[in-house]
Amino acid sequence: MRDHRQNGISASAPPRRKRRARFSRDDAELTLLSLPTVLWFIAFCYVPLFGIVFAFKNYKVKAGKGFLYSLFVHSRWVGLKNFEFLFRSPDLASIIRNTLGYNLIFLLIGVTLPVGLAVMMAELRSKRLARACQTAVFLPYFLSWVVISYFVFAFLSTDRGLLNSLIQAFGGTRVLWYQEKGPWPALLILINTWKTFGYSMVVYLAAITGIDRSLYESAVIDGATKWQQTRWITLPMLRSIVAIMLILNAGHLFSTDFGLFYQVPRDSSSLIDVTQTMDVYVYKALMQNNNYNYSSAVSLLQSTAGCLMMLGANRVVRRIDPESGLF
Amino acid sequence: MTRGRKNRAADGLDRFNRIRPETNVLFSALFILLALSTVLPVVFVLMISVSSEASIARNGYSFFPAELSLDAYAYLWTSRDYIGRAFLNSVGITLAGTVLGLILTSTLGYALSRPNYRLRRVYTVMLLVPMLFSGGLVATYMINTQVYHLKNTYLSLILPGACSSFHVVVMRTFFQTTVPDSIIESGKIDGARQFRIFTRLVLPLSLPVLATIGLFLTFGYWNAWYGAMLYLDSNHRELYPLQYVLISIEKNIAFMARNEEHFMGDTMRSIPSETVRMAIVMVVVLPIACSYPFFQRYFVSGLTIGAVKG
Repeated sequence: MRDHRQNGISASAPPRRKRRARFSRDDAELTLLSLPTVLWFIAFCYVPLFGIVFAFKNYKVKAGKGFLYSLFVHSRWVGLKNFEFLFRSPDLASIIRNTLGYNLIFLLIGVTLPVGLAVMMAELRSKRLARACQTAVFLPYFLSWVVISYFVFAFLSTDRGLLNSLIQAFGGTRVLWYQEKGPWPALLILINTWKTFGYSMVVYLAAITGIDRSLYESAVIDGATKWQQTRWITLPMLRSIVAIMLILNAGHLFSTDFGLFYQVPRDSSSLIDVTQTMDVYVYKALMQNNNYNYSSAVSLLQSTAGCLMMLGANRVVRRIDPESGLF
Repeated sequence: MTRGRKNRAADGLDRFNRIRPETNVLFSALFILLALSTVLPVVFVLMISVSSEASIARNGYSFFPAELSLDAYAYLWTSRDYIGRAFLNSVGITLAGTVLGLILTSTLGYALSRPNYRLRRVYTVMLLVPMLFSGGLVATYMINTQVYHLKNTYLSLILPGACSSFHVVVMRTFFQTTVPDSIIESGKIDGARQFRIFTRLVLPLSLPVLATIGLFLTFGYWNAWYGAMLYLDSNHRELYPLQYVLISIEKNIAFMARNEEHFMGDTMRSIPSETVRMAIVMVVVLPIACSYPFFQRYFVSGLTIGAVKG
C-alpha cells in the first residue's frame, strides 16, 4: 500500500488512468475542502502579481474613477523609463552595496558561529546547563524588531543609555549614537547575530544529536581525540544540512530584514548611508514620498533577482543532494 | 532489555570520551555568558520599567535603580481605554489569525497529501510560484487598499499573513508521512465523505503538526507590526495592536523633536514617559518570555521538517 503511494504519479497503471479521465467524487470533495485556501492564494499571492505593471507606468490617480481605471487606462505606459531614472540616481549604488554587503556578512557569520557553538554545546558535561543555555539563547528569536529596538535604545540612548553612562563613568564624553554612522555597521551585525544565532544553534544541535553514536564509539576505540572526532565525524555529518542552509539563505540575498534596518536605527536620517537597504528604500518611497513608480521598479528588480537566486540555489542543492532540493 | 544494556555500554565508553575538565569549565563559562547576553537585556528593560522617574532623571537607565516604583504600570492601568484596548486587539488578532491560518493550511495540506487527487500537480505549482516571486510592496499595498478596501480594518492585519506555502508544505509532509493510509481507507469503506475523514480521523492524529503551525502563527501574529504600519492611519487608534502602539509613540517623539517650537508643555506631556514605554514593552514581552520555554521543541521540530523535507 505504502509503496504504491510513494511512487505517486509515475506508477499510474491503466486502471488508474481510466479513473483519472473524470473528476471523481473524492476529487470533488477534496477540491471543495481546499477551496477557501485556493481563493486565499489567488487573492493574496496571484492578484498582486498584476501590480507589476506599476513599474512600467507613470501612475496618476483619476479623480472619481476607480483604482483599476486609473492604473490601466488613465496612467501612461513609460516602458523602462522608471528603471532608467533609478539607475541614474546616486542612491542605487549604496542601496545595493548595503543589501548585498550586510547579507554576505550575515550569511558567513550565520553559518560558522552557530555550527561552532553547537559542536561545543554538544560536548558540555552538564546536560542541564546545556538545556538551560539553549532555552536562554532561543529567546531573541521570539522577539519582534520593534521590541528589540527598545532594548537597543536602553543601551544607546544619548542621555540615559547604559553605554553612555559607562563612558562617562570612565571619564569619556557622551556619544550621539543615533547620529554617528561610524559604529552602525558593526552594531547592526552584532544585533542581527544576537537575534538569530540561538535558533540556528539549536537547529544544528538537533542535527548533531541525530548522528549515530556508534561512529564515535569506534573512533574512541581507535584512539581518536575529541578534536579528531569533530573534524572527521561531526563536521562531515553536518555538511549537507549546512550546505542546504547556506544555499537557501543565498536565495534571499536581495531581501533584508526591514525591522533591523528601519526600526532599530529609529529611521535616523544621519544613518541612512549605512542603513538603507532595498526593503527600506521601497517602503520609504511608497509610504513617505508616495513615489509608486520608483518603489515598484526597485521591488521588481528585487523580486526578479531573488527569483533567479532561488532557482540557481535550488539547482546547486539538487546537485549536492538530489533529495534536498526545495522543488 | 538489550537496548538498556547497549545504552549502558555507550555510557561507559562516553565516560572515556569527554572533554577535559578545564575545557568543560571554559565552554560552560562561554555559554553562561551567551545566555546572560540574551536574557539580561530583558531584565534591564524590566528594571527600567520599575524605576522611579526621579532615579532615571538622576542616574540614567540602570540595572539597580536607586528607587523602585510601579507608577508606570499604574499609569498603564489608568490609560486602559488605549493600552488595554491595544492589548485586547493583539490578543483578538492573534486568536483569529491562528484559527483562520490553521483551517486554511490544514485543508490544503490534506488535499495535497492525497496521492490520487487530481489537482495535486496544479496545487503544487500554485504553492511554488509565491515562494519564488511576489508582486512587491507597491502592488500588494495598492491591491489590498484599493481593490479589497482593507485599509483601517482588523482584516488587514489578519488576512494577508494567514497562510503561506511553507506552512502548507510542512502540513502536507506530516500528513503524508505520519497519518497511515489504512485509516483513511477504512473511513472510505465505512462510507465517510472526505470532509468527515479529515475532521474525524486525520485531524485528531495530527495534533503535533497543528501545534507546531499554530505556534508559528501565534508568535507571528503577536509579534506582527509591519501590516499595522502599512494599513492603519493615525486617526484609527482603536485598531492599534500593542506592537504598533510602541511604533507610534516613537513616531510621535521623533515628530515633536523635529518640530519642537510648535509644541508647548501640554502636548509634550501627553507622550508616555520612558518608564511607561518600557512597561508597554514588558507587556508585549512577558507573555512570550513565560511561554516559549514550554513550546520550544515544537519550533525545532517544525523547522527541521521544513528545512530538511520541504
